[in-house]
Amino acid sequence: MKKSYFVTCTLCPMGCRIEVVVEDGKILEIKGNECKKGEKYAIDEFSNPCRILTTTVRIQGGLLPKLPVRSTEPIPKKLIPSGVKEVKKAKVKAPVNYGDVILRNIFNLGVDIVSSRDLEKENKEKKNG
Amino acid sequence: MHEVDVVVIGGGPAGMAAAISAYESGIEDVWLLERDYWVGGILPQCIHDGFGNFVFGEMLTGSEYAQRYINKLRETGVKVRPNTMVLKIDQNREITAVNPSDGLIEVKAKTIILSMGCRERTRYQVLIPGSRPAGIYTAGVIQRYINIEGLMPGKKVVILGSGDVGMIMARRLTLEGAKVKGVYEITKTPGGLTRNVVQCLEDYNIPLHLSHTITNITGRYRVEGVTVAEVDSELRPIKETERYVPCDTVVLSVGLIPENELSKMAGVEIEEKTKGPTVDEQMQTSVPGIFACGNVVNVYDLVDDVSESAERAGKGVAASIGGKLERRKTPIRVKTGRNVNYIVPQIIRNKNLNESTRFYFRVKETEKSVGVVVSANGDKLLEKRERIVRPPEMVRINVPPDTLDKIKGDELTIDVEERKK
Repeated sequence: MKKSYFVTCTLCPMGCRIEVVVEDGKILEIKGNECKKGEKYAIDEFSNPCRILTTTVRIQGGLLPKLPVRSTEPIPKKLIPSGVKEVKKAKVKAPVNYGDVILRNIFNLGVDIVSSRDLEKENKEKKNG
Repeated sequence: MHEVDVVVIGGGPAGMAAAISAYESGIEDVWLLERDYWVGGILPQCIHDGFGNFVFGEMLTGSEYAQRYINKLRETGVKVRPNTMVLKIDQNREITAVNPSDGLIEVKAKTIILSMGCRERTRYQVLIPGSRPAGIYTAGVIQRYINIEGLMPGKKVVILGSGDVGMIMARRLTLEGAKVKGVYEITKTPGGLTRNVVQCLEDYNIPLHLSHTITNITGRYRVEGVTVAEVDSELRPIKETERYVPCDTVVLSVGLIPENELSKMAGVEIEEKTKGPTVDEQMQTSVPGIFACGNVVNVYDLVDDVSESAERAGKGVAASIGGKLERRKTPIRVKTGRNVNYIVPQIIRNKNLNESTRFYFRVKETEKSVGVVVSANGDKLLEKRERIVRPPEMVRINVPPDTLDKIKGDELTIDVEERKK
């Protein structure tokens, strides 16, 4: 049976509403895209939508209580919520540098979770970096 | 009294980029004053990605974007003074500031760069009726609570307004375990970028109710619920459509306003549309020697554009101090033409510029297949095609120096014209 899925393209401000017509898991037709790039976008969004995972982790002894982190590469969209939970388990101690690996090879995807900033140790005397 | 070549006020993305740019343009005596304990501005709390596509050619998080500029700033001799609050600026560019280590600081600046950024509109600026319980926040405040302080503001959330930060926080709240019951937007179209509608709302099945608003907030000590209603074409709530939505938290994402208290003190002319200073192609305001950049001038969509405007201001102060600016006989006023709401910069004062001038503008209405036309005295100087223009997404057009120098009169107009397919 034919089924239609809709994808909003985010590559440019046009924001084309692209229709992906599917039968038995196979893409039959792609409609509604104004340009070629939209076609590839729709195929990727339909078959394997990926996003950069961004969240925070608690950090011990840091100037601030939370450290922002990101995945080095986009990961499958459906793994983002469980990924956020997984990252929370990481134990992190200050100081941390931008790019330090916080969690290696999340879900065996070959992608690391890294720190998005420097975060120095807490120093109540001198809070001006 | 200290005497300083360049004093930059505000250490967010605009201030950092402006200070770096002034320093790299040969001005060694640069101070950067910041009221927070360290520089970065609001970027460190923007942990999501989508920053830096133009400046760095990659998709960074806000925290990373800030870190890269902090690292660059460290390589310069810019004197960063954190924990420093500027209290006063006057027309003679005398600055009064305070901080805990120096007490009162008085500075006479050769040039000033204003980069104070913008502030969120609050409940009292959009006039939502109802009681005044705990649990009502602006989007930027809960962003700080969750991403910096590690505090959750509530469990069941209603968001008013579909600005970018509001949508980003809808996703963030969801991932942190809260239930976002809906985003209510008074106009017919989302206020933020399409990317955020898709990746923040659609990805997480968060309902977006267009043409809706909150008509009442209830709750004695804590928010207990809101009444929402559809609005008519005049944006008036329709009584019959009112319904009650239980929640414990209301998040407002209803716009940003440039923060210009200091600019006004210095006598800087403020534009009615942008709520920011009138600036020329160097980002110089109406007061000689006072420049402005970033969101204090106009609320940009992208931090990359903020950095670009700041870099221009940094080069501008250097050119001004070095006496390198060549005044035109008559300045060119930049006029808004068909379907153009406002344009930055608003005036061209100098000639023989080294680089193109980038005009940023917003349209009044969405339009497909258009030509952006720059003209002067009825002559078309430049045309650029756009597939679509939308009010939430700024349009950019670069005009080369020789094109500007050709203009004899005192006016330049930007129009958005229909194109036949």
